[in-house]
Amino acid sequence: MRVLMFGWEFPPHISGGLGTACYGLTRGMSHIPDLDVIFVVPKAWGDEDQSSLTLLSAESFPVRKKFVEMKGFLKEMTFLEVHSRIVPYISPEEYSRAGKKREEGGGVYFNTEHIGNFKFTGKYGPDLFQEIANYALVAGVIADDHSFDIIHAHDWLTYPAGIAAKAVSGRPLVIHVHATDFDRSGGSVNPGVFEIEKRGMEAADMIIAVSNLTRNTVIEKYGIDPAKVVTVYNAVEPLEITDRPYFSKPLKDKIVTFLGRITLQKGPEFFVEAANKVLRKSGNVRFVMAGSGDMFPRIIRRAASLGIMDRFHFTGFLRGVDVNHMFAISDLYVMPSVSEPFGISPLEAMQSNVPVIISYQSGVSEILKHAIKVDFWDIDAMADAIYGILHYNALSEMFKKHGKTEVDNLKWENSAQHVKQVYDSVMAK
Amino acid sequence: MKTICLYFQVHQPFRFRRFRFFDIGESSYYYDDYSNESIMKKVAGRGYLPANQVMLELIEKYGERFRVAWSVSGIALDQFELYAPEVLESFRKLAATGQVEFLAETYSHSLVSLADPEEFRAQVAEHSERIEALFGVKPVVFRNTELVYSDDIGAMVADMGYRAMLTEGAKHILGWKSPNYLYYNAINPRLKLLLKNYKLSDDIAFRFSDRGWGEWPLTAEKYAGWLKNLDKNEEVINLFMDYETFGEHQWAETGIFEFLRALPGEILRHKEFRFATPSEVASDLEPVAALNVPYPISWADEERDLSAWLGNDMQNEAFTKLYGLKEMVKKSNDPKILTDWRYLQVSDHFYYMSTKFFSDGEVHKYFNPYESPYDAFINYMNVLSDFANRVKEAVGVTETEKELLQRKLKEKDEQVEKLQAEINELLEKRRLIATPVVEGVEDDETPEPVKAPNKAKSAASAVKPRKKTAAAGKTAAKNKKPASSSSKSAGKR
Repeated sequence: MRVLMFGWEFPPHISGGLGTACYGLTRGMSHIPDLDVIFVVPKAWGDEDQSSLTLLSAESFPVRKKFVEMKGFLKEMTFLEVHSRIVPYISPEEYSRAGKKREEGGGVYFNTEHIGNFKFTGKYGPDLFQEIANYALVAGVIADDHSFDIIHAHDWLTYPAGIAAKAVSGRPLVIHVHATDFDRSGGSVNPGVFEIEKRGMEAADMIIAVSNLTRNTVIEKYGIDPAKVVTVYNAVEPLEITDRPYFSKPLKDKIVTFLGRITLQKGPEFFVEAANKVLRKSGNVRFVMAGSGDMFPRIIRRAASLGIMDRFHFTGFLRGVDVNHMFAISDLYVMPSVSEPFGISPLEAMQSNVPVIISYQSGVSEILKHAIKVDFWDIDAMADAIYGILHYNALSEMFKKHGKTEVDNLKWENSAQHVKQVYDSVMAK
Repeated sequence: MKTICLYFQVHQPFRFRRFRFFDIGESSYYYDDYSNESIMKKVAGRGYLPANQVMLELIEKYGERFRVAWSVSGIALDQFELYAPEVLESFRKLAATGQVEFLAETYSHSLVSLADPEEFRAQVAEHSERIEALFGVKPVVFRNTELVYSDDIGAMVADMGYRAMLTEGAKHILGWKSPNYLYYNAINPRLKLLLKNYKLSDDIAFRFSDRGWGEWPLTAEKYAGWLKNLDKNEEVINLFMDYETFGEHQWAETGIFEFLRALPGEILRHKEFRFATPSEVASDLEPVAALNVPYPISWADEERDLSAWLGNDMQNEAFTKLYGLKEMVKKSNDPKILTDWRYLQVSDHFYYMSTKFFSDGEVHKYFNPYESPYDAFINYMNVLSDFANRVKEAVGVTETEKELLQRKLKEKDEQVEKLQAEINELLEKRRLIATPVVEGVEDDETPEPVKAPNKAKSAASAVKPRKKTAAAGKTAAKNKKPASSSSKSAGKR
């Protein structure tokens, strides 16, 4: 079976959680014998080496074809890089960093804030939709040039591409919902995005949602037939020992970490309030908020007015090895997300033997047993759990003992098998 | 002649309210009055009262031929008094017939038998006195919380003067042997052992209403038929179960009360059967063999062990910390503290912290008021922390004082360790410097800088052996002054 997959760039390139999920899933799929993937990604060319570029299409669409062997993949991957400027960003910092490149390379990036809130009111709005439409056009040409059995599109920016490929080839379409605009916007949904999402869901023969939480959103908010929507949970890449830096802790105090964008969706304000409750009662604790986002000024003001800034720290945006460093010195990780379709970061924390507190409003809470779960708004319960983990040793021992094993069993190979079953069911129709 | 021995466990936990860490030191009321009262009233109305009514009717109908026994935990008695005194009243009526027996157990329905022999004895005595005061008869047969038993526990119980004890007919203990005989304790043969026939007991307690079970629906006639088909030589069939089986675990709608009402008649139709209470079984039958139980067993789960209560780190930490307070609690002699101490020991608290239900099922979940074992543990530890503070205050050890001492000790230990490391480093240095210098040079000609580390070495040997114990840490710390000055000066040079 051959799959034409519209995905996103793999880490360490700019991509965020979506790229991580695409990478894990395709890696998992490479372990399934009779399954081949043609992987199409939008890519804004600029500073890279252009020598390997081959124009795939006789038309004027510049598409670069690469055959790539990647570590952990059992097969060579066919990569199609389409010249496009749609890139899902994960934070304003990333955006501004890309902005510098933009000047140098001449291309234009759009802050689509895959998981963040996109502002369509600005001048980028119409351009973005144009860009998505162009991408769909190229997708149609690619579909015409290749033979495949099924189409798989990841998140709303590629749904139009998936629809176009389906129209050209007549092959069935599977769309993969990693998030909806309801998660990203905190309720104030952009009608343009909603329209694209809904059209993609309706055109799809089968829909994969990353959690039951997301599945319910798809069914209830977009009016999709429940029979068409299947939950396939994400997994996490195994942590290689060499990836793990052994930093020593700079302070004797216990460290409680929030790591994520400081936006409404992630619930940072609940973390501050819970921190305040804990700090009122116990010393030897420090709270760290790692990340950046539009709510940062509000959070820092709140922390200051509570008078806890001597024990509440901001690190700014962390990436790559800094994230591992942060986990390595953390005694506890808290994810108080208001709406989290899945949420891979608690799994990464558990891989580093860090106990986690997660909100019930996250997809990952549906599969984790060895984690404390609270409602994001229940700051009393959150504070109590934080205090408990820091003070009652047996708890963190339990989490270390069982959490790691639990996470190590969440393998992308299993998710890929599950996706394969979805393909099979679609093909059998 | 075969004897049927019916015994029922009556217990309701005294549940804690949500006690957050910021309640520690602020509030010392731990109990969830609403759930305790509403659950007790519900179970009394649906189970205890109608079941007792059926028992009374059976005694009236069959006279001396029908016998039954209960063990009512002290915690349940307390709650009957508070919330459902009519249940106590109906038990008194049953007691007055003289055909029933009440067994002894630990007052708190606790696992104290695994922690502290002295406290175990005290709790059993407390319960026995309470039973005697209520029902007019002093118990002579003992059953431990959750039928927990081992050779040692049996020996302790024998020492307390009990003639018999109930426990589980666990397969891994019995092997090829049958539970349908009387056994005796491996250490003290005077203590007789009645073993639960878990197959026949669980057919009623767990499977009665299970429509997926091949034997559903279970009728009294069918059940009596099974008893009749047992090996002719077997002597006693011990049917032990939770009293909540009637009306609570198996709802009235399942026909459980009709079954209970009909069963004695169906059994007594056959001449070879009789009913007896545990103490009658113990005196009437001859024990066949000693039962070897080196490690504690219970009546819970597939494993019939303690893993549901003391199977993970959280349970063990809570348990150890709890019993670590015993001496101080006794010293405090404060009635409020003693009451809370009793309620903290209830085995259910530890059951709620079990992580077994992640794999092992519905039974655990059913009884658990907490979202997760982690939740249960945090709440318990918050309560225990507050309780510990109160106990310490009552006996005059303020926490800060103790902590201060501990911190000082720790600091001094750390200082000693640091100096030791410094000394070792210097010694290492000396070795590096000394080796080439000393070569072919007489001792008294050794240059000045090398001598200083010599001093450090003697200081090190003075400190090292004393470091071993915590108490010695202090003396070692006292010695630090000269050591530090010498090593520092050496370091400078």
